[in-house]
Amino acid sequence: MSKKTLEVHWGKHQRGYIENLNRQIANTPFEGYLLEDIVKISYNRGSPQPAFNNAAQAWNHDFFFTSLKPGGGKSPTGEIAELIDKQLGSYDNFVKEFKLAAASQFGAGWAWLALKEAKLVVEKTPNAINPLIWDHIPLLVLDVWEHAYYLDFQNNRPDYVSTFLEHLVNWDIVNARLDRAKAFMNWGEPDWDLFDKDADILTYEEAGIDVVEDSS
Amino acid sequence: MSAVVAKFELPPLPYEMNALEPFMSKTTLEFHWGKHQRAYIDNLNKQISGTELESLKLEDIITKTYGGGNAQPAFNNAAQAWNHDFFFHSMTAKGGKAPSGDISGLINRDLGSYDNFVKEFKAAATTQFGSGWAWLSLKDGKLIVQKTANAVNPLVSGETPLLVLDVWEHAYYLDFQNRRPDYVETFLRELVNWDTVNARLETATAKL
Repeated sequence: MSKKTLEVHWGKHQRGYIENLNRQIANTPFEGYLLEDIVKISYNRGSPQPAFNNAAQAWNHDFFFTSLKPGGGKSPTGEIAELIDKQLGSYDNFVKEFKLAAASQFGAGWAWLALKEAKLVVEKTPNAINPLIWDHIPLLVLDVWEHAYYLDFQNNRPDYVSTFLEHLVNWDIVNARLDRAKAFMNWGEPDWDLFDKDADILTYEEAGIDVVEDSS
Repeated sequence: MSAVVAKFELPPLPYEMNALEPFMSKTTLEFHWGKHQRAYIDNLNKQISGTELESLKLEDIITKTYGGGNAQPAFNNAAQAWNHDFFFHSMTAKGGKAPSGDISGLINRDLGSYDNFVKEFKAAATTQFGSGWAWLSLKDGKLIVQKTANAVNPLVSGETPLLVLDVWEHAYYLDFQNRRPDYVETFLRELVNWDTVNARLETATAKL
């Protein structure tokens, strides 16, 4: 991914989204909101408000740039690797699904690896839409708007996608995002075998926890 | 005996690859015509081979597969093949600026003035979010400026296109990068083929 591409992609496109968003939300209730909340609220169940495109694109692009790293790509290690094997079959199958999503997103859009109800999914979205609006938890994204690859690959989107998977995916950040996601997912019933059923249930006092009496 | 089946061919550009320089580069046209449009046609041929669509005219494939927005697979390739040919023919070297001929009168009648046409066309072209096209069309005998997304074109809604500008990023990225407004202005100032627009207008009014 060339310097020139990032100069325009980050310095012009993403900068433009943020500046336009700031103008749009000035003196409106959105002004104090977190970006993610603006995205979800302004999506307005499919009748997006004006701020949606800029907010979502601002979010998407930051998520994208942080999904990249030099010397990245190839198959991951860590928890995402296990989850891919368990839920997507294999790394090779993930690659196959991801390439298909990225190549078949007609027009502008994004290809994602996300968590949907505690299960990994590969999905694609058009224009500014992202899986936050479906309450999925994104883990990885590839920008497939033409501006993301045209200077380096011209019409050859498939080569761009392969290059991303081979050389740029930041699996460390994917693992970090997965770790954070665990706090928000319902992973189902705990493994009760891990619990010592014979353990005594302690009182607060026995456990050494001070209970402050209500003094009113 | 099998029926003769037409395979769509890549129509030649109406000018040399470098004819629109410096306003649209040779490299852009090499990719835009030689790769993008060629692929739409190749893929369309593959998709319709052995189907009932095979014997239809391109425009009929478009309207038949649109499905009111729930498009069949062949729609994108068919419409894009048509859109691109319409686009390349909408341009000429030493084109652009205010037109003469019948289109000029209609612009004044229906859009107020050439300046107002420019204003509306720029707005349509720059506000088409994502990929798409900006059009000058006839709707019920009156000129309108419209914009469409992705592969959609006015044929599916019964209007008659007269002029189009491709605002997919591939159309302008090598020459203008993110500066779509500059690309639109350059098109209007230097490239619009008003002769072709007048010819299309004549064909359209002959049908009314």
